[in-house]
Amino acid sequence: MGPTRTWLLIAPAMLVIGIFMVLPLFLAVAYSFMTANPYGGVTAPATFDAYLQFLYQRDFDDSLVFSPSYALIILRSIYLAIATTIICLVLGLPVAWYIVCQTPERRRILLFAVTLPFWINTLIRTYCWILILRDEGLANGALRHAGIISDPLPLLYNDGSILLGLVYTFLPFMVLPIYSTLERIDPRLIEAAHDLYAGRAAVFRRIVWPLARPGALAGATLVFAPALGSFLAPDLLGGGKKLLIGSLIQMQFTSSRNWPFGAALSTVVTVVVLTVFVIRSRKAQEDLR
Amino acid sequence: MIDIHSVSKSFVTRDADPVHALNLVSLEIYDNEFFTLLGPSGCGKTTLLRLIAGFEAPSSGAIRIAGNDVAALPPQKRPVNTVFQSYALFPHMSVAENVAFGLEMQKAPRSLIDERVREALAMVRLEGFAARRPAQLSGGQQQRVAVARALAPKPSVLLLDEPLSALDLKLRKGMQSELKRLQRETGITFVLVTHDQEEALAMSDRIAVMRSGDVLQVGTPRDIYDNPQDRFVADFIGESNLLPGATLGRDPAKTIVVRPEHIVVSPASDGTKGHATGAVSAITFLGSDTLYEVVLEEGAKLHSRSRGGAALSTGDRVVVDWARHLERELAN
Repeated sequence: MGPTRTWLLIAPAMLVIGIFMVLPLFLAVAYSFMTANPYGGVTAPATFDAYLQFLYQRDFDDSLVFSPSYALIILRSIYLAIATTIICLVLGLPVAWYIVCQTPERRRILLFAVTLPFWINTLIRTYCWILILRDEGLANGALRHAGIISDPLPLLYNDGSILLGLVYTFLPFMVLPIYSTLERIDPRLIEAAHDLYAGRAAVFRRIVWPLARPGALAGATLVFAPALGSFLAPDLLGGGKKLLIGSLIQMQFTSSRNWPFGAALSTVVTVVVLTVFVIRSRKAQEDLR
Repeated sequence: MIDIHSVSKSFVTRDADPVHALNLVSLEIYDNEFFTLLGPSGCGKTTLLRLIAGFEAPSSGAIRIAGNDVAALPPQKRPVNTVFQSYALFPHMSVAENVAFGLEMQKAPRSLIDERVREALAMVRLEGFAARRPAQLSGGQQQRVAVARALAPKPSVLLLDEPLSALDLKLRKGMQSELKRLQRETGITFVLVTHDQEEALAMSDRIAVMRSGDVLQVGTPRDIYDNPQDRFVADFIGESNLLPGATLGRDPAKTIVVRPEHIVVSPASDGTKGHATGAVSAITFLGSDTLYEVVLEEGAKLHSRSRGGAALSTGDRVVVDWARHLERELAN
């Protein structure tokens, strides 16, 4: 096969990757070095202003003053994304294990149930949580009816409700990859471990978990990356009182009309996620060795 | 060592009646013996092994290991280790870690574990392979790791589920004598499951022949070969001629069992007398032996296997004869 033909054959794939993945990323990075146009979009000249804005505020006399408020938003976002990932892992692993232990037919039904939320719009599903969590909502109503509380609990518009929304949205992304690794574990390995005097806890610790770890790592990245940039759950369930990075970016492109700053924030998020990816793949290689 | 008392096992299936894998099986397996469960696939031999290991519970009956009823004991509490057909080596652990696993679970001290791992790997001649991963080993080596892993905790009983079926013929012959040697050296009771009658005859102290959930006969290889008590056993173990009594002018309710090597075929023209006459229909040269297929006048077909043999050719009229004490008469 000549080199021309080789290039022709991979051209469609390169085109798709180029248009849908490389180009937007490149544009985002390029925009982050431009100047904001007050009517939206960007203009010349190229500056570092967007990145300076991230850590400094311009005072009235045009001097730069250190201001950690945006950095704190990013840290809080990372913290919530990590918490979401850990909760999803703790909930997702037993769920995936339970599904694997069922008969093939029940597995199909349960897997369908896990993916069922994908059939309904995320916005609608997030609004449903408001109906459940608000003061006159289902949860408080049920608790009041049961006589457990007299005044409604503040279930909505706090970090807890944001976490709940994030975990709810991203849990399937944890369950599915873990399920697929657990499903491939030969049941004889578990029998062999029991046969060699391992109890249930030891079988999990020494056999199931090490073999499921690649799936858990894949799930963790699939949950962490979108949870970090998510703005629906923080906006709706957090009440928008405390900004998260996703909402902040979204605002720059809409109401604030500061595209370079939005692009710069996106780039920062991308770098954070990429760092996590690199650490993860390093670890995966160590596991293989 | 193992006392299996009236054990039955049925599996409930969704669409049909329950499948009876074992029907009231009773067996006694002695200390330090190499015992084989032999039978075609679906005869219940693997089910019986899994009941002894504790992976399944019997529907009824009792299993005692070293005098203790093990009904309530999960696999991890039974003094029994298994060599799986697929080996079931832990893919994420090295050879040494695999072999050490059972001892670690028993909370043995590190120094003892290291010593036993070295011992077990030496026993299966894999000293240099401790650091390898199972995926880096050949099938035969993986098999020996599986054996070492099961022997390292020094169980009272070693269960082997068709351990040699995945190996090629030459390797299989080597492993047969290897396993036999390990059994003698360790003094551990081995219970082997196989469908290969040659393997069973070569390795076992005693054999239980099974078919569709029943134990048909238990005995030493020689006993089972020489005195089959059942048509199925006679046919399954070695080669046999099963001749209807009527074709030999005897009780039609009986079947006469004769081994091919016991049948002498000679030309009818010799004037010798025999049990029947017929014609040679096929001759197969097997090297040391020659196999003659003879169609008797009464219609039955039989095989004779002889060393060297008379100069016969296809179509020759022959007399077949054998010493009466070498035949067995079984009810149809």
